[in-house]
Amino acid sequence: MRWACVLLPQLALDGVLRRCSDPDAPLALVTGTAQRRVLQTVNPAARALGLRAGQSLTAAHALTHDFTLVEYAPDEIERWQRFLAAWGYRFSSHVSLCYPRTLLLEIESSLALFGPWPRFEARLREELTALGFRHRIVAAPNPLAARILANAHDGLAIANDEAMRETLGRMPVERIGLAREVATAFARMGLRTLSQVLALPRDTLARRFPAQVQLHLDTLLGERALALDCYVPPDRFDGRIELNFEVESHQALLFPLRRLTADLAAFLAGRDSGVQRFALHLQHADAADSVIQVGLLSAERDPAMLFELARGRLEQVQVVTPVRGVRLLARELPAFVPEHRELFDERPQQSLPWEQLRERLRARLGDEAVQGLRAQADHRPEHAWQAAGDGKPGPILQGPSRPGWLLRQPMPLRESAPRILAGPERIESGWWDGGDVRRDYYLIETRSGQRAWAYRPLGESGPFMLQGWFA
Amino acid sequence: MGAVVALDDLLQQRRIWKAQPTPLPPSAQPTGHAALDALLPTGGWPESALSEILMPSEGVGELQLLWPTLARLTRNAERVVLVAPPHVPYPQAWQVAGVDLRWLAIIQACGRDALWATEQCLRSGSCGAVLCWPQRADDRALRRLQVAAETGQTLAFAYRSLQEAINPFQSVPGMDVIRCRAGPGASRWSQVFPGQWRGEGNGRCRGAG
Repeated sequence: MRWACVLLPQLALDGVLRRCSDPDAPLALVTGTAQRRVLQTVNPAARALGLRAGQSLTAAHALTHDFTLVEYAPDEIERWQRFLAAWGYRFSSHVSLCYPRTLLLEIESSLALFGPWPRFEARLREELTALGFRHRIVAAPNPLAARILANAHDGLAIANDEAMRETLGRMPVERIGLAREVATAFARMGLRTLSQVLALPRDTLARRFPAQVQLHLDTLLGERALALDCYVPPDRFDGRIELNFEVESHQALLFPLRRLTADLAAFLAGRDSGVQRFALHLQHADAADSVIQVGLLSAERDPAMLFELARGRLEQVQVVTPVRGVRLLARELPAFVPEHRELFDERPQQSLPWEQLRERLRARLGDEAVQGLRAQADHRPEHAWQAAGDGKPGPILQGPSRPGWLLRQPMPLRESAPRILAGPERIESGWWDGGDVRRDYYLIETRSGQRAWAYRPLGESGPFMLQGWFA
Repeated sequence: MGAVVALDDLLQQRRIWKAQPTPLPPSAQPTGHAALDALLPTGGWPESALSEILMPSEGVGELQLLWPTLARLTRNAERVVLVAPPHVPYPQAWQVAGVDLRWLAIIQACGRDALWATEQCLRSGSCGAVLCWPQRADDRALRRLQVAAETGQTLAFAYRSLQEAINPFQSVPGMDVIRCRAGPGASRWSQVFPGQWRGEGNGRCRGAG
């Protein structure tokens, strides 16, 4: 049991349904030329209305108009398959996309990490269901056998070659991946199952059929190795959800946003990386995209957190023109380092760690809203402090005491007869950097008992300029 | 019958009002001013509660009131958050007062965002103390902050101007008012005392009146 085949029977439909907030509403994918439109796929609700795949659109409209029509897009299928490969990369280092609508995962080397196969399989199913993709999973000793068995089975796990040969032998010849004319020829010869074909002498089979048939059968039974290409996840994430209607409110954008951030989180988990900066593009019909940059202080990949932060930024933005699509673009994907946690936390009541709280505050109030404070070795009050991140506290300057509050802008002190408690203290500095300061500072008590730190420029006798409070 | 609830816990959470007054449990958060501790009902700051500090004007020693507490918290690696302070904290003065600036965070916000940020910080429980300067905050907003402080078990301080807070102490100049909004039920108290406790630290002494 070395390979798992994840067959995605409704990839196109699931890809469309997962962007709808109500997947139970009737929906049909339509394809074909403008003259002859044909339903490609329908969901169960549409089937209940009498719609069938292969029906012409005119016939469908004769039955009912109560269903949503979406254009069938083959490149979307390709995109979803690649997205799921990125997801599967989390579970196996060898993911192959060589068959359409199929993921092949090499699982034997992953079993030690993800537990015995039943538990591993349950986890795959759970995550695929959460992502919104219908699936069939089969495990077999070789990749082609897994793919062929997935045609008829779901949840099958075959451990050894004998069991595989026996199960494969019961497969009808039409469903073992042979060309149609070959399968028809076998059926006309009275050979209904694979076991009957395998019972034939090898040389007669080789004489009557093309060489590919024998090669295919050998690969199926694992007698000939199959070289599979190896999927490599891309270095960037680009997800897009097209909306079926024009959206002008934030509320309606939340569902696609939740999907996109969940996809991003699944992609990041597969690559074992985090995201520190990503952009949300709100696409409009007749205007340039509105771009919302979301920046984080450290690499993260928790879906709930990514959603909440993106939502915080989104709600700050005024949606001016109707939105037709949402696109999430992440170019820089740094390595994810899980947060270091103490076993015995010093604050047991902590429900939200400071790092997450800081991100939440920055998401709503702006990137520069949360700051630290650092002392600067400068005697000029304007240059004595610096807004800084969590760094060093800075030097402590010796000297007379300084006020606890520093006014951002000095202002005239409105006090007719100030009582000077201390001073003057001369601060004269900064001739080298253009911020020349020559002042005499005084500690002043006002009539109401406030203690002020005020100065007079050197040589002037105007009003005191208030610059701080000894609070 | 629900789960068994310890009576002591209920009483300590101040969820039950007892007709017979009982002494409040002593606080684990001393103010750092011995004279003030003696005056406060619990001998320290009320824990997990919002304390309003009502002041007549700026520059009357409102930071010196809290510096010992903030210094103690930052020394124990607890984070102190200032939400929308009115001025820039002068780092030198704060360091001399013993505050470790590495554990100090300043949030720039205004109006309702400042209240929101305060509530988030209190609720998260990851901060040791949160200081805020609510502007024209109504009783409901302060009540929210009180609930948030209880949820996150965090010390909360709100500086408000005496003129703004509707209270009967307006006519008492030179007095400090510290008001605690306690949990549901009871023991919401206001403490009025003359400003002498401040006399010790910086050689400043002001008589009442």
